[in-house]
Amino acid sequence: MPENNLSTANAETIISITGMHKWFGDFHVLKDIDLEVKQGERIVICGPSGSGKSTLIRCINRLEEHQQGTIVVDGTELTQDLKNIEIIRSEVGMVFQQFNLFPHLTVLENLTLAPIWVRKTPKAEAEEMAMQYLERVKIPEQSKKYPGQLSGGQQQRVAIARSLCMNPRIMLFDEPTSALDPEMIKEVLDVMIELAESGMTMLVVTHEMGFATAVAHRVIFMDGGEIIEANDPDNFFNNPQNDRTKLFLSQILQH
Amino acid sequence: MPLEQKKYPVGAHPDLPPPVSTTGPLAWIKTNLFSSPLNTALTILSLWLLWTIVPPFINWVFLESIWDAADRKDCWAQMPNPREGACWAFIIGSFEFFVYGWYPDTEKWRVNLSFIILIFAIVGVLKEKLPGKKYWLLFAGAFPFIAAWLLLGGFGLKEVETSKIGGILLTVIIGITGISFSLPIGIVLALGRRSKMPALSSVCVIFIEFIRGVPLITLLFVASTMLTYFLPPGSTFDLLMRVLIMVTLFQSAYIAEIVRGGLQGLSQGQYEAADSLGLNYWKAHRLIILPQALKISIPPIVNTFISLFKDTTLVLIIGMMDIVGLGRARLNDPYWLGLAGELYLFIAIFFFICCFSMSRYSINLENKLSTGRRD
Repeated sequence: MPENNLSTANAETIISITGMHKWFGDFHVLKDIDLEVKQGERIVICGPSGSGKSTLIRCINRLEEHQQGTIVVDGTELTQDLKNIEIIRSEVGMVFQQFNLFPHLTVLENLTLAPIWVRKTPKAEAEEMAMQYLERVKIPEQSKKYPGQLSGGQQQRVAIARSLCMNPRIMLFDEPTSALDPEMIKEVLDVMIELAESGMTMLVVTHEMGFATAVAHRVIFMDGGEIIEANDPDNFFNNPQNDRTKLFLSQILQH
Repeated sequence: MPLEQKKYPVGAHPDLPPPVSTTGPLAWIKTNLFSSPLNTALTILSLWLLWTIVPPFINWVFLESIWDAADRKDCWAQMPNPREGACWAFIIGSFEFFVYGWYPDTEKWRVNLSFIILIFAIVGVLKEKLPGKKYWLLFAGAFPFIAAWLLLGGFGLKEVETSKIGGILLTVIIGITGISFSLPIGIVLALGRRSKMPALSSVCVIFIEFIRGVPLITLLFVASTMLTYFLPPGSTFDLLMRVLIMVTLFQSAYIAEIVRGGLQGLSQGQYEAADSLGLNYWKAHRLIILPQALKISIPPIVNTFISLFKDTTLVLIIGMMDIVGLGRARLNDPYWLGLAGELYLFIAIFFFICCFSMSRYSINLENKLSTGRRD
């Protein structure tokens, strides 16, 4: 179990979002978002569907474009400048709900593609690194297979390893276990917990409250495009301040 | 008679072979040929049709045919029953003409050499595992230019006018040029059509929709007549070149739409995953998007190639002598007058071999590239 009340007060800020707004057409999805993330901090974002939590993390690596406010990632501001976007994307790893592995490439090729083509790592070195990460997510024996031959849980672990191969400073997880069968959720969460123990900065959109309690420094509750409440897990779950948070928690913790 | 079903303890049921009555040749015949009175009747009708058509055909093609004769009268004289067999001597005697057209005799080695390096180029592109694959591809990319130089001459070779090119040589030139240039142009058009830049995408849309809205014959007529009006007076622009350009443009528009379909078949997640790894537009398309989109598009692309190859015969209408044109010309030759059956069967076999190989290759490629199944 990772150290939960690790002091991040003195750590440097790695993501800084101020006064950020986003619209999809006329629909105001994100409203005046302010968020500071420290190096090594682990944040779990939850909220009802349509609350903008996925959109928020997708703005951080510019899969979605924000229209107002600023997002600074690791000292680089996200603007229209393609160079900046590419720099930020190579520093920020992302894991998707639907895995999004490349089905025409083997597991090993999925992992080495970005290091070889973006980082210009020599092939042998990239493969060696890829095998290390596959060991870490506990599926080195699958390296020659194609994604379509793996189970959902295995695919998601490959997807995590693929992101890690770029040596990102930040990892974003967009509902990583929502598309998995119940018996596979644990194997993915185990890998994420191990990653948390290694000190990675993580932003995780999930409804796995057990995971939040175990590894998060902060839990953020979003609703209607706003950050309603943010607190450490203990206070968040046991002493929620806002009525909407209380309602949400009562709904998801009932069962 | 109900079969005795053996009972096994729960959790210990072994895998059993399927019932005997569903496998084996007799079961196959029963289920496929005689499963109902209607099917039985159809089977008998089909057998009767085959019996009436196949033996006379074999008789005509092989048993009573003549392979060596001076002209058609000689052919018939040699036959036991005059005009009951094919006179293949006609095709054999005209074969060289059908392949080379009016290409000068002394320069025919250049055509042969072109065919040989064409085979190397095709193998270089299609064979997956080859030592030095990169150089093979470079060679294949240079092939159209090498072949153009060999066939047309210049730079030390005697020049040959394009009007001397005909027959299978012309068919192959148009087919290969159309196929090899339309694929890259079509891919670029498809990407352009999906571009976020409005100017670029509308140019591509207009081009594609215009070409697709016009029959190939019309474009060929434009190539043969109207283009000269647009060119500066006195400039000559070779007819073959104009036809090649038109055929390639025509084909590209169709390929573009097929590739666009393939691109749309990919999930947004593939683009997002490529983006999130820091791959830029070109790298994402080259490494992630196009390999998958083209894989989905193989059957319709090959289908278009096959129909293009057959459509090359349309150049006959604007006076170019492809294999069909030369054959028809030879039919008017007094020595071989009226041997249409032999001629068209020969042409059919030629096209069938070409198109069937393309089709088989595409099936082979699809199987090789299928990675999606869990085993």
